[in-house]
Amino acid sequence: MKPFTYERAESPAAAARAAARPGARFIAGGTNLLDLMKLRIETPRHLIDVNRLGLDRIEPTEDGGLRIGALVRNTDLAADRRVRRDYAVLSRALLAGASGQLRNKATTAGNLLQRTRCPYFYTTTMPCNKREPGSGCSAIDGFSRGLAILGTGAACIATHPSDMAVAMRVLDARVDTVAADGTRRSIPVADLHRLPGDTPHIETVLAPGELILSVTLPPPAGGTHLYRKVRDRASYAFALVSVAAVFGTDGTARFAFGGLAPKPWRAEAADAVAAQGPQAVAETVLAGATTTRHTAFKTDLTRRTLAAVYADAGRG
Amino acid sequence: MRFDQPATTNPIDRGRVVGVPHDRIDGPAKVTGTAPYAYERHDAAPDAAYGWIVGSAIARGRITAIDTRAAEAAPGVLGVVTHENAGPLGKGRFNTAHLLGGPAIEHYDQALALVVAETLEQARDAAALVRIDCVAEEGRFDLAAGIDGAEVPGPFFGKDPDSAAGDFDAAFAAAPVKVDQTYTTPDHSHAMMEPHATTALWADGRLTLWTSNQMVAWTVGEVARTLNMPPENIRLVSPYVGGGFGAKLFLRADALMAALGARHVGRPVKVALARPQVPNNTVHRPATIQRVRIGADRNGVIDAIAHESWSGNLPGGNVEMAAMQTRLLYGGRNRLTRHRIAALDLPEGNSMRAPGEAVGMLALEVAMDELAEACGVDPVELRIRNDVAYDPEAGPDRPFSSRPFVDCLRRGAERFGWSRRNPTPGRVRDGRWLVGMGMAAAFRGNQMSRSAARVGVDGRGTVTVETDMTDIGTGTYTILAQTAAETLGVPLEAVRVHLGDSRFPVAAGSGGQWGANSAASGVYAACMTLREALAQKAGFNAGDAVFENGAIVAGNRSVPIADVAGREGVWVEDAIEFGDLDKTYAQGTFGAHFCEVGVDAYTGEIRVRRMVGAFAAGRILNPKSARNQIIGAMTMGVGAALMEELVVDTRHGYFVNHDLAEYHVPVHADIPDQDVLFIEELDDKSSPLKAKGVGELGICGAGAAVANAVHNACGVRIRAYPLTLDKVLRGLGAVT
Ligand SMILES: Cc1cc2nc3c(=O)[nH]c(=O)nc-3n(C[C@H](O)[C@H](O)[C@H](O)COP(=O)(O)OP(=O)(O)OC[C@H]3O[C@@H](n4cnc5c(N)ncnc54)[C@H](O)[C@@H]3O)c2cc1C
Ligand code: SF4
Repeated sequence: MKPFTYERAESPAAAARAAARPGARFIAGGTNLLDLMKLRIETPRHLIDVNRLGLDRIEPTEDGGLRIGALVRNTDLAADRRVRRDYAVLSRALLAGASGQLRNKATTAGNLLQRTRCPYFYTTTMPCNKREPGSGCSAIDGFSRGLAILGTGAACIATHPSDMAVAMRVLDARVDTVAADGTRRSIPVADLHRLPGDTPHIETVLAPGELILSVTLPPPAGGTHLYRKVRDRASYAFALVSVAAVFGTDGTARFAFGGLAPKPWRAEAADAVAAQGPQAVAETVLAGATTTRHTAFKTDLTRRTLAAVYADAGRG
Repeated sequence: MRFDQPATTNPIDRGRVVGVPHDRIDGPAKVTGTAPYAYERHDAAPDAAYGWIVGSAIARGRITAIDTRAAEAAPGVLGVVTHENAGPLGKGRFNTAHLLGGPAIEHYDQALALVVAETLEQARDAAALVRIDCVAEEGRFDLAAGIDGAEVPGPFFGKDPDSAAGDFDAAFAAAPVKVDQTYTTPDHSHAMMEPHATTALWADGRLTLWTSNQMVAWTVGEVARTLNMPPENIRLVSPYVGGGFGAKLFLRADALMAALGARHVGRPVKVALARPQVPNNTVHRPATIQRVRIGADRNGVIDAIAHESWSGNLPGGNVEMAAMQTRLLYGGRNRLTRHRIAALDLPEGNSMRAPGEAVGMLALEVAMDELAEACGVDPVELRIRNDVAYDPEAGPDRPFSSRPFVDCLRRGAERFGWSRRNPTPGRVRDGRWLVGMGMAAAFRGNQMSRSAARVGVDGRGTVTVETDMTDIGTGTYTILAQTAAETLGVPLEAVRVHLGDSRFPVAAGSGGQWGANSAASGVYAACMTLREALAQKAGFNAGDAVFENGAIVAGNRSVPIADVAGREGVWVEDAIEFGDLDKTYAQGTFGAHFCEVGVDAYTGEIRVRRMVGAFAAGRILNPKSARNQIIGAMTMGVGAALMEELVVDTRHGYFVNHDLAEYHVPVHADIPDQDVLFIEELDDKSSPLKAKGVGELGICGAGAAVANAVHNACGVRIRAYPLTLDKVLRGLGAVT
C-alpha cells in the first residue's frame, strides 16, 4: 500500500471539490478498494471518506419511485420494506451477493463501481490490460471460467461482478452524480459502465472526481420479480450466470444478466421475444457471444437458467 | 513404556473421564483472545519489526541481479535479506525447494527476499521496490503431459511404491465383470484459517521461534540444518496453531525468513504470509491421475484389483501415495498397485490431510460404485461381500487388529435410510431437484509414533503435563488432560497441560492422524510412571494401589496425592515406544459415508442435502472433539468432490486462484446436515488406550459418496474432480 492522505468530507459538494486533487479517490465501505490498495492495484494518493455525507437515506421520489442514497448499505437496502414489496428483484439480487458481513459494509455506489474479479487482474506479476494498459490479457488463453462472453473485446474479457447492478439494470435505474464543478447529472444505469474496447482500464463514464449521490428507481412496475444466480457453491461466490427478471401480468417480461458481460447486460430485443419463451430469449441474448474453452458452458447455462426462471415464474 | 503386547485391562478402562464428551479446556482462552498465536507474541518479543516476503514472479530460472537500494531507502525499512546477504544456508530434509531462493529459482512465489520495516505497511510497500532481474527457463507444468516420462519414486515413509500379489493381468482378463476407469484429482490447497506465521528472536547466538507448526522436534532439526547451527541453540514454541492440515508439518519460509530477518536487523522480526502467498509459496496436495481396474464375478466378488497413480512434484519431491488403501481395503487374490512420479516445476507438493487416501478413495470408491452398477449389486452389499479379515496382499497370517467395517456399513446404512434409495439413476425428483443417494467406504491406516511427556503433581494436587505435542485445533489439550485425569484418578479441573515447546519432551506431533493416540499414550506412560513414584513414596505397593478421588487407596488406607507430592512435588518423564504390533497385525480405521444430494435439473448445480457417517477408530477419547474432527473432514471431502481446485496456469507455472475468494472451500450453506456415529471398538493392539486416529478418517471416501450420489441423482458419472456444474451439464439431458 502506498502512503496516502485521508480526509473525511463534510458535504457532497466539498467531497466533489476535494476529488479534483490528483490521485484522489472516494472510499465508502472499502470492501473492494482497500483490498486493491493492499495489492497495489489501486494506488490513490488521497482518500476522501464519503461515509458521513448523509447519503444514507431511502426516500420516495415525486413520481412514486425511490431514491436510494449512495451510502445506503447493501444490507439495509435489501431489507427495506418498500424495496422488498415493489422492487423484490433488487432485494433478492443483493442477498445473493457476498456475505452478511460484507453487505453490512458495502454501499450502493461502491457496489456499482466494484472492479472485476478476474484472477489475473489480482495477480500483479501477470500481464493484464485493465491493470496495466497495453501489457496484454492473460485470461483469454488462460483461466477464464468466471469471465465474460458478451460485450468483450480482444483486449479484455472481464465481467462486472455485481449482482445488485443487474437488478438495477432490469429496473431501469438512474445514477445521480455531482461533478467537481458542482454540475449534477442523471445517468441511466445502462450507460454507466463502458465496454472494454481498447481501453479496458476505463470502466465507467464518470469523470474523475464525479461523486455518485444516489440511485433512482422509477415507479414500481409490478409483476413477478425473480433473481436467479448460478454459482459454484451455495453462497459466497460470484455468479457464473445470473438472471434478473420481471414478468408482467400481460405476458411481457424484461431480463438483465450477470456473469456474462463487462457490465450488467440487457438486450431489449430479447425482451421483445419474451412471450415466445426462454429459448427465444436465450438465442437473442446470446447472438453475439464469444466464448473461450472455459466459458463455452455459459451459453448452455444461460439457456437453462432462463428456462428455470420461466418455470419459477409459472411460465415454464 | 514399551507397547509390544496387546493391552490388558488398565486404568483407562474405567472410562470416567476418557470417553466423555468434555468441552475443550483451551476453549475459554481461545474465545476470549487470550491464547496467543505465533504472530501475537508481543509479550515475549515486544519490539518486533515486520517482515514481508518477496516471492518470485517466475516459475523457473535464475536471478541475474537484485537491487535492494530503493527498498532499503524507503521509509521505516530496517533491512532487506536476500540470498546474497543471508549467509550460507543448508537445506532441510523435508522441503524440496529452498525456502530462500536464489540464484536458482525453483518455483513461482518462492521467497527471494524479505523486507523488514517498522510497520507491516512499510514492509509491504518497500517489498514492491525490490528489483529482481531474472532469466526465465522452460518449465514443466502439466501433469497430464508429464506422465509418459514419469518415474518410479523412492519409498515414501518406508512404503514401497509398488506392490503385487497373484497374477493381476491374467485374472483381470478372465473376469466376467470388469471396471477400467481413470479418475483425476486436482491440486488442493490446505486453506487453514491461520496462514503460516512466525515471530523470531535472537539472543546470544540462540534463536527462539514462536511459530505455527505441527511438528516441533522435526522442525527444530530442520532449522538447525538450514541455519547450520546446533539444535540445542534453537527453541521452538508452538502452543496454538490455527489449523494446518499438513501445511505446517515442516519448516517453511515464514520461520526461516523471520530468523534471517531478525539476525539481519538485530531485532525480533515477525513474518506472516498473506493469504494470496499461501498456495504458491508453501505446499499443496498434488494432483493425481489414477487408473483403477477391478475384475469380479457376477456377484461382485473381486478376483483382480489394480490401482495405479501418477502425480507430479519438483525433482526430489514426494509422490502422492493414492493407491495405498487399495492394498488393504478389499479382498481379491490378484492385486497390483503402482505409483509413478513426474517432474514438475510447480510449487512443492506435500502432505495434506490423509495424504494418499484422501484422493485415492475418490477414485477407488467411485470405481466400486461402477462395479456395483455393472453387477447389479447394492453398493453396501458389494462392500460387505468383499470384506476381508486380513491384509489381502500378505495373506491370512497378517490379520487385522480389529476391523468393524461391516458394522460401519450396516449401522450407517440403517441410520441414513439407505433402503429407501432407488438404484436406478435419475428417478427421484423434488421440484427442480434431481435427488440421489450415494455411499462410500472410509478407510485410513493407523500409524503410531514414539511420544514422550513429563508429568508432575504438586502439593495442591494439581497435575501438570508437559510435552512438545501440538494442538492444531483438534482438541489435544483436552484429551491429554482427560488421559492424565483418568490415569491418576483426579478431576479434569486438576490437570494443566502445556504443549508445543521444544523444551518439553518430544511427542509424536500432529500428523497422519497418529497424534491423539500416540501422544495420549505417551501421557499415559508418564502417568503410570508417576503412579509408581507416588506409590513408592507413600509406601504403597504400586500394583495394589488404586488412584481415585485424588488419593492413593489400598485396603483401608487412603493418602491424598497432594500430601504425597509435598511442597517440592513429584515429577517424572516417560515415553510410549511402539513395538511391531503394527507389523504383526494390519491396522486401520474404518467407516462408511452416506450422502444425499440434489442436482438442479436446469443448471446442474449440486447441493449436498445431508450426510451420515459411521466410523470405527478404537476407543473414542472424547466424542465431542472426535465428532468435530469427523464433520470437519467430511466437509473437506465435500470440498474435494464439488469445488476445491488449484487451477494451474500451464503457461506460467503457478496456481491462478490463490485467494479464498477464488479457491472455493465449502461455506455453511453448502453443509446443511451431518450426522456422525461411532461404532464401539477397543483395539488392544493399537495402544494401551485401545484408541486409534480419527483426524483424517472422515475425509477418506466422503467425496466419493458425494460423487456416487450425484450419479444416482442424475445418471451422470464424472471422473474428473471437482464435479462442477459444467461437467454435469455435459451429461444432463435437455431441460424437462
Ligand atoms: C470475498 C468477496 C465476495 C464478494 N461477493 C460478491 C457477490 O457475490 N456479489 C456482488 O455483487 N458483490 C460481491 N462482492 C463485492 C462487494 O459487493 C463490493 O466489494 C462492495 O459492494 C463494494 O462497496 P464498498 O462500499 O465497500 O466500496 P468501496 O470499496 O468503498 O469502493 C469501491 C469503488 O467505488 C468508489 N466509490 C465508492 N463510493 C462512491 C461514490 N459515492 N461516488 C463515486 N465513487 C464511489 C470507490 O472510489 C471505489 O473505486 C464481494 C466482495 C468480496 C470481498
Ligand atoms: S480479462 Fe481483462 S482483467 Fe482479466 S487479464 Fe484480461 S485484461 Fe486483465
